[in-house]
Amino acid sequence: MAISKRVVLHFPSRMVEQPIIYRLVKDYNLVLNILKASVTPKEEGIMVLELSGARADYDGGIRYLQEAGVKIQSLGQDIMRNDARCTHCGACVVICPTGALALDPKSRMVDFNEDKCTACELCVLACPPRAMEVYF
Amino acid sequence: MIKTIAEINEKIGKGQAVVVNAEEVIGLVAKKGVARAAREVDVVTTGTFGPMCSSGAYFNLGHSRPRIKVGGGRAYLNDVPVYPGLAAVDIFLGATAIPDDDPRNRIHPGPFNYGGGHVIEELVAGKDVRLVVSAYGTDCYPRKRLETWINIKDLNEAVLFNVRNAYQNYNVAVNLSDKTIYTYMGVLKPKLGNANYCSAGQLSPLLNDPYYKTIGIGTRLFLGGGMGYIAWHGTQHNPDALRSADGVPRRGAGTLAVIGDLKQMSPRWLVGTSMLGYGSTLTVGIGVPIPILSEEILRYTAVKDEDIFAAIVDYSGSYPQMSPDVVGEVSYGELKSGRISLKGKQVPTASLSSYSRAVEIANTLKDWIVKGEFLLTEPVAPLPGVEEGITFKPLKERPIEE
Repeated sequence: MAISKRVVLHFPSRMVEQPIIYRLVKDYNLVLNILKASVTPKEEGIMVLELSGARADYDGGIRYLQEAGVKIQSLGQDIMRNDARCTHCGACVVICPTGALALDPKSRMVDFNEDKCTACELCVLACPPRAMEVYF
Repeated sequence: MIKTIAEINEKIGKGQAVVVNAEEVIGLVAKKGVARAAREVDVVTTGTFGPMCSSGAYFNLGHSRPRIKVGGGRAYLNDVPVYPGLAAVDIFLGATAIPDDDPRNRIHPGPFNYGGGHVIEELVAGKDVRLVVSAYGTDCYPRKRLETWINIKDLNEAVLFNVRNAYQNYNVAVNLSDKTIYTYMGVLKPKLGNANYCSAGQLSPLLNDPYYKTIGIGTRLFLGGGMGYIAWHGTQHNPDALRSADGVPRRGAGTLAVIGDLKQMSPRWLVGTSMLGYGSTLTVGIGVPIPILSEEILRYTAVKDEDIFAAIVDYSGSYPQMSPDVVGEVSYGELKSGRISLKGKQVPTASLSSYSRAVEIANTLKDWIVKGEFLLTEPVAPLPGVEEGITFKPLKERPIEE
């Protein structure tokens, strides 16, 4: 069974110099799409990845990452809307490139569909009341 | 059919007033016709919730022991500079003021995360705010420095006073250039990447009373979650702007200066706001009740988004250069569909004004009136109308010869 998931990887600084991603491709036959990466020598690295492949390979790859000391988070939790601050103005809907933020034509309220969010963060500063928050 | 405000207030007092919001009245008129709807409805409530930069608040801090004269000195609330040029302990905080050490647009676009609007929101929320004053010292006001926490509940007066709010219609902003621009109308993507508008349209107060026949100085209204009043016409009030045949302005026209006790307002309706690359401001909730005194007034309140038009303006060229050119005109009905057709392109639209929260304001005001908690006021003087021949003047610059 094939699977495709978006994950956030946190690399401790000691691991930044190791070819972790290469192993995912080579040993686990996973297709990966890098959505965001910030990897600097001697600092903690962050990478947002879309991983696709067979279920067994995906699970194996995730186990490999965990055993190697990479912290893994699912992407859904990384951009969150602070509902107490959102005024549902809709300024974000033309900024969001994936349609994760969209106006409900009936209620005129902004819906946030986390499954469509790629954590590009364009909404964070474009939101006038600063309701979109990043959790890494 | 002629009703008076006194008669309507009598019905409100008895719990018999019929109140609908400016969206509901559209369907009511379609169903029952103007004459019957005007007989049945006593009040139509409006609402708007958008960033309004010409907002601010003044405070009386109370005198310290020994006394300090803030007037002529410098004062800050949470590092945001306030205007100290009044007497000893009265200060004015503007929504767009930002800390002296804010990097502004040094790295463009600056985030403008915190400013006067945010201080107002925090005060209203009951949070403690840091007051820092430096003064020059006098015989009667000897103290030169003051640093203290303050809280809104301890201040003698905390008054929201906005010199221009509730614009009667507004520009739709687009960007014809080939790079992204950061404006008070939001982020505008290049080559007509998006079109941003900022009006509640059919729910907006002054679009429901286009000739200011009921809304005037002294009108009591919903302001920031509490009750306030219209103090004056707002700055840049321009009743002679281009209008449709039904009287509804097609450009920015009338404005309101409003005032009210900040202590009874709520942070849900006064929200500190940051416009990327532009500055900080305050999103303000306003709702004005319109007494249905005649069929004519009811007809005005039944205006709908499809019949309200706004000018599309290029914020990369004609707006900054003060040129009067417009790219085109579009109705709020089209804007709210999410896409408009412009120069052969389908342009996605976004609003800076929250329609769902505008509905909530109109419904809150309706609720207050139905429960008898909010009585209408008779304006003490009208707002300047089209007959005044007001012209909206640009700055006349004259070189200063040394």
